[in-house]
Amino acid sequence: MNERKIRVLVAKPGLDGHDRGAKVIARALRDAGMEVIYTGLRQTPEMIAAAALQEDVDAVGVSILSGAHNTLCPRIVELLRERGMDDCLVIVGGIIPQEDIPRLKEQGVSAVFLPGTSTEDIVTFLRDNVGQRA
Amino acid sequence: MPETKELNSSADASAERWERETLGPVLKKRPERKKRFETVSLDEVNRLYTPADVSDVVFERDTAYPGEFPYTRGIHPTGYRGKLWTMRQFAGFGTPEETNARFKYLLEHGQTGLSVAYDLPTLMGYDADSPLSEGEVGKCGVAVSSLADMEVLFDGIPLEEVTVSQTINAPASVLLAMYLVVAEKQGADFRKVSGTLQNDILKEYIAQKEWIYPIRPAMKLVIDTFEFCTRHVPKYNPISVSGYHIREAGSTALQELAFTLRDGVEYVQWGVDAGLDVDEFVPRISFFFNAHNDFFEEVAKYRAARRIWARVMRERFGAGSERTLQLRFHTQTAGVSLTVQQPLNNIVRVAIQALAGVLGGTQSLHTDAYDEALALPTDRAALIALRTQQIIAEETGVANTVDPLGGSYFIESLTKKMEDGAYEYFDKIDSMGGMVEAIEKGFPQREIQESAYQYQKAVERGDQTIVGVNKYSMEGEQTEVPTLVIDEGVRGRQVERLERAKSRRDSGEVANSLEKLKRAAASGDNTMPATIEAVRAYATLGEICDALRDVYGLYEEPAF
Repeated sequence: MNERKIRVLVAKPGLDGHDRGAKVIARALRDAGMEVIYTGLRQTPEMIAAAALQEDVDAVGVSILSGAHNTLCPRIVELLRERGMDDCLVIVGGIIPQEDIPRLKEQGVSAVFLPGTSTEDIVTFLRDNVGQRA
Repeated sequence: MPETKELNSSADASAERWERETLGPVLKKRPERKKRFETVSLDEVNRLYTPADVSDVVFERDTAYPGEFPYTRGIHPTGYRGKLWTMRQFAGFGTPEETNARFKYLLEHGQTGLSVAYDLPTLMGYDADSPLSEGEVGKCGVAVSSLADMEVLFDGIPLEEVTVSQTINAPASVLLAMYLVVAEKQGADFRKVSGTLQNDILKEYIAQKEWIYPIRPAMKLVIDTFEFCTRHVPKYNPISVSGYHIREAGSTALQELAFTLRDGVEYVQWGVDAGLDVDEFVPRISFFFNAHNDFFEEVAKYRAARRIWARVMRERFGAGSERTLQLRFHTQTAGVSLTVQQPLNNIVRVAIQALAGVLGGTQSLHTDAYDEALALPTDRAALIALRTQQIIAEETGVANTVDPLGGSYFIESLTKKMEDGAYEYFDKIDSMGGMVEAIEKGFPQREIQESAYQYQKAVERGDQTIVGVNKYSMEGEQTEVPTLVIDEGVRGRQVERLERAKSRRDSGEVANSLEKLKRAAASGDNTMPATIEAVRAYATLGEICDALRDVYGLYEEPAF
């Protein structure tokens, strides 16, 4: 049994400081046996992509409550792909209007989790989807 | 004394009899639904409260009469019979023009005070044209970068008559200066201008995390506003010490109460240390609490808050004036309790939470709109939220008598428990050297994080029910409520106005005023006069905050 633990970067981009969700998710993923790196507040998409590469993560979890998701998420995906992280999942949680979700997914976001999501659902999603990675 | 003892023992005997004869057989036949009943703060609630639970609550000393020490039952002897609470809906989005229109809409429909929500760049002290503002301008509130925006925001709203509350913290002194300069241009007298500035920087480090400078210089800026307002704007509340955000970040009701009041104590101590007279500045300190789902726990929290504040002001600071002892507060229903699922249910949650605020004796109230877990509220949703308050005030009869829950064994016992619990936190924080030191050690932050996590776990175990989310959920449910969309052109329009304002101003005057501000900050002088001067010269929010960033540096959050 030498299975590599799932590595997740939990990131809080933009100016917003509401980090309750990000911190609860970070702890829940850790409790589920994953390795979690939390970026801290106010990270630019560039900083997030650089951290993802450096930490060689399987997924980036982005928490956004400010309404800036349409600007920030595609940029994060784009920067990850530019750095060759083609398999790195980007998942988003926060206050995201329903009508924005299809476009975010087209732009490369793997999943969007809205308020009320169980942390177990996020754990399951990561286990099911990170698995495909070689 | 022997008489009381006798009464107690006879109460004990009658309780025992009830348990044996009436309760016991019923429990045997039908056990209760749960082993442990708990509040939304995961605090245990007993089956029944009786005189035995309030044996240590003395009416004259602890409960007493409204309008009298320790103000447990309210600060006004007539409660809401004299004057209803102020219905103050928090609003702000997009450009100053759009928010100005929303303000006028709310005033037309019977709202009695205004409350401004600023966008994130404004909250963080950046102009609309800063690269850091990309994607954020006008999204979570209205965008204000300079006096030119503020003039539009309050156009046609007489600041001598309407009281305005401003939710702004790290750059609060700058927004206060802008507000005063707009009032001045309207011809208002500073001595008649009223309103409230949130200006509670401690809870930013604890919970909401919209900070700019390190804690100590940030505290100095707060004290500057106290000093300035006490002297020049005596009817203005320069701070609203806020538990709201502490609760939203996941604290329990008790932690909200304890950390907020201990923050209040910290501000008073800093004011006293700066040479201010307690009875002169403390009467203008106001508070802001959350109204969450657990009805009785919330009511007890507000009642305990008043009692603690009165006692602490008298005992710790030797306050003499009645106004110093009277805790006044604003309440907002719990945004965090709103659900995306079945969003119309939120109207019901908000009504019950608001009722708790009213039965707790709030001075002003914001009721959340049902669509706030989705986006900022639409006009329609904002109107229902206001109507909710009007129904409580004018249809339910709850405003007819003062402190209607006073004397309830449960409420009085819970009020006492809240008070005792808060003092325990005070002792811990005092032993660390004060709230600033406790924050530097990460103490309140860790306490809140732990509570947030425990609550999430309780929800996931099903111990805490969220209707429509972990119970009574509907498969394939479609949210069909319309939401407010902030158009991406806001930033462009704001940048245009910013450039226009910059092109018209006297750049020499701007540079001089900013230099003056830096000198005041570096020498420890009061920064308010120089800030006002800079605002008058149309120096921008970003420029003014940059000047202070140069002197004070930036806050870096330690890892906990």
